[in-house]
Amino acid sequence: MKILAIDTSNRPLSVAVMDDSHLLAQTTLTTHRKHAEFLMPVIEDLVKKSDLTLEDLQRVVVACGPGSYTGIRMAVTAAKTIAQTLGIELVMVSSLLTLALNIQQPDVLINPIFDGRNQNMFTGLYRNKNGRPETVIDDQHINLTDWLNLIKKYDQKILILGDTDSFKDDMKAALGDQLIVADQLAGIPNAALLGEYGMALKAVTNVDAVVPRYLRLTKAEADWKKLHPNEDTHDYVEKI
Amino acid sequence: MARDLVLSFETSCDETSVAVIENGEKILSNIVATQIKSHQRFGGVVPEVASRHHIEQITGCIEDALSEANVSYDDLTSVAVTYGPGLVGALLIGVTAAKVVAWAHHLPLVPVNHLAGHIYGARLVEPIEFPAMALVVSGGHTELVYMPEEGKFEIIGETRDDAAGEAYDKIGRVLGINYPAGKTVDEMAHRGKDTFHFPRAMDHDDNFDFSFSGLKSAFINTVHHADQVHETLNKNDLAASFQQAVIDVLADKTVRALHDYPVKQLILGGGVAANKGLRARLTDELEKFKNTSLELVPLSLCGDNAAMIGAAGEMLYRHGVRGDATLNANPGLEFEWIKVKHEITSV
Ligand SMILES: [Zn+2]
Repeated sequence: MKILAIDTSNRPLSVAVMDDSHLLAQTTLTTHRKHAEFLMPVIEDLVKKSDLTLEDLQRVVVACGPGSYTGIRMAVTAAKTIAQTLGIELVMVSSLLTLALNIQQPDVLINPIFDGRNQNMFTGLYRNKNGRPETVIDDQHINLTDWLNLIKKYDQKILILGDTDSFKDDMKAALGDQLIVADQLAGIPNAALLGEYGMALKAVTNVDAVVPRYLRLTKAEADWKKLHPNEDTHDYVEKI
Repeated sequence: MARDLVLSFETSCDETSVAVIENGEKILSNIVATQIKSHQRFGGVVPEVASRHHIEQITGCIEDALSEANVSYDDLTSVAVTYGPGLVGALLIGVTAAKVVAWAHHLPLVPVNHLAGHIYGARLVEPIEFPAMALVVSGGHTELVYMPEEGKFEIIGETRDDAAGEAYDKIGRVLGINYPAGKTVDEMAHRGKDTFHFPRAMDHDDNFDFSFSGLKSAFINTVHHADQVHETLNKNDLAASFQQAVIDVLADKTVRALHDYPVKQLILGGGVAANKGLRARLTDELEKFKNTSLELVPLSLCGDNAAMIGAAGEMLYRHGVRGDATLNANPGLEFEWIKVKHEITSV
C-alpha cells in the first residue's frame, strides 16, 4: 500500500511517502512555521522523489490534532481534500500519539505534551503494548495541576516529551525521580512512523465530515455555551 | 469553441463557497455554505470559529459544485481561489484545498483578489466594458476601483476607517438588530425620513476617500443622549438618516470620480451593493452620464460567493496569472493605488 503521511500539528513539519512499512522518502523541517507555503511543495517533491505518480497513492495518514489550530487545520484540510479528490483512504491519528511513536521502551508511561499556554497543556498518557502505543489517559486540554493529579497514581516511570520546557520543573518537583525528560529529538514528529502506524488502522468512512481534533472550544463558543447551557448543538451552517 | 471551465473557491470570511463557471461568464453551479447563524451567536464573525466551519464544509462543497454542474475533474481548465484580502485562517482553507485539487488533477492554479471577484460578479450578467469603474462596498471594504483595461485594477479611493458595511453592523447593534444589520436597516430606512441630518464626512474633500466612523459616532451619541433624557427616538428615522448620510457620501464621491475618469461602465458590487437605497440613488445619478451604463451586481451575487471568483479567475487565467504550490493567503492584499487626477482637474 502506498501511503502519504502528514504532520504539521506544531512548529515541525514532517511528511513521508511509504510503501507499506518501507520508507520511500521523507522530509522533516523545524526551521520555519510557514506550513501554508511549504506543505504542498514538500508533498509534491516527495511523491516525485519516490518515483510515484500521485495516482499511485492509496492512503493518507494525518496527525489530526491536538496542536496549533492553524497547523492541524492545514494538515487536515490537505489530507481530507487529497483523499476526497483522489478517491483514496483517509486515516486520522492523534498528534500526541504520533509523538509517542518515537518512544519504543516498553516499561515507561509516555507523556507527550503540547504547550497550551498559561500552564495549560494538550496531553495524554500512553504505554507501549506489542510495540504499539495504547492509550492510558485520553488526550485532553488540561492545566498542569489537574494533570499531575491524574497521573500521580501510577508508579511507573513517566517520560515527558514535546513542549516540555514550560512544565518540566514543576513536574520534576511533583514527581521526583519518577519523571524522565526525553531529549529534544524525541519531541519531533516522524511522519514515517505515523504512516506505518496508520497503515493498520481503519480508514474513516465519511471524509467530508472530518475535522481536526482541537480538544478545545474557541473562547467565543465556550463563553456562549456558559450562557446557553441548554441550547442544542444544532447545525449552524446552511447551504443557500 | 471548447468549454473553459473554472473550479473556483471562496473562503475569505464566513461563507464556504465552490463554483463551476463556464467561459468566465456562465454559472454552472455556485454552492454557498453560510455561517451567519453561527456568528449571530457572537454578534459578529469570530475568525477561529469561521476557520473551523470552513474545514467542515470544504470537500462537501467541492462535490456538490461538480455534481450540480454535471462535470468531472477531467473537464476542468483551471482552479481559481481567493487568496486575499480576508481572514487569514479562513483564506487558508480555500487556498489549501484549491492547491490540492490543482496538483491532484494537473490543473493550473489562479490566485484571485477577493475584490476583483466582487467586481467580476457583474460579468456573470453582462460582459465588462473598459474603461470601467467599480464601487465595492461590503462589511470589510469601501473602495472606488478604476479599471483602464481588462486585468488592471487601480484604487482611486477607499475608506480611511470603518467600511460602510461595518458601520451598518455597529449602528445596527445600537438599534437592537443582530449582525448582519444591513438588510434590516435598509428596510427601516424606507419607512423613515432623514430628520437627524448626520454629518457627511469628507464629502467635499479633494479626494475619493471615505470615512464612516464619524457618522457612526454621531449616530451613537444621538441615541445615548436621548436615552439619558428619556426621550424616545423614531428608529425608522434614525435608520433613514444614517442610510441617507452613507448613500450621499458614496454617491457624491462616485459621481465625482466618474467626471474625472469617464468610463463605459460603473459596477456596483459587494455585500452592501444589495442595499436598495444605494441602488436606487446610483440609478438616478447615472441618468446624467449618457455614455456610462450602470451594472448592478445581482442581489444573489452581492454576498461572498465562488461564482464571482471564477468569473475573475477566468480573466486572470487568460492574462497568464498563475499560482504555484507555495501560494499563501494574503490577508492584507490590495490593488495598486494610483495618484488621483482630481486635484489637477478641480483647480
Ligand atoms: Zn466580500
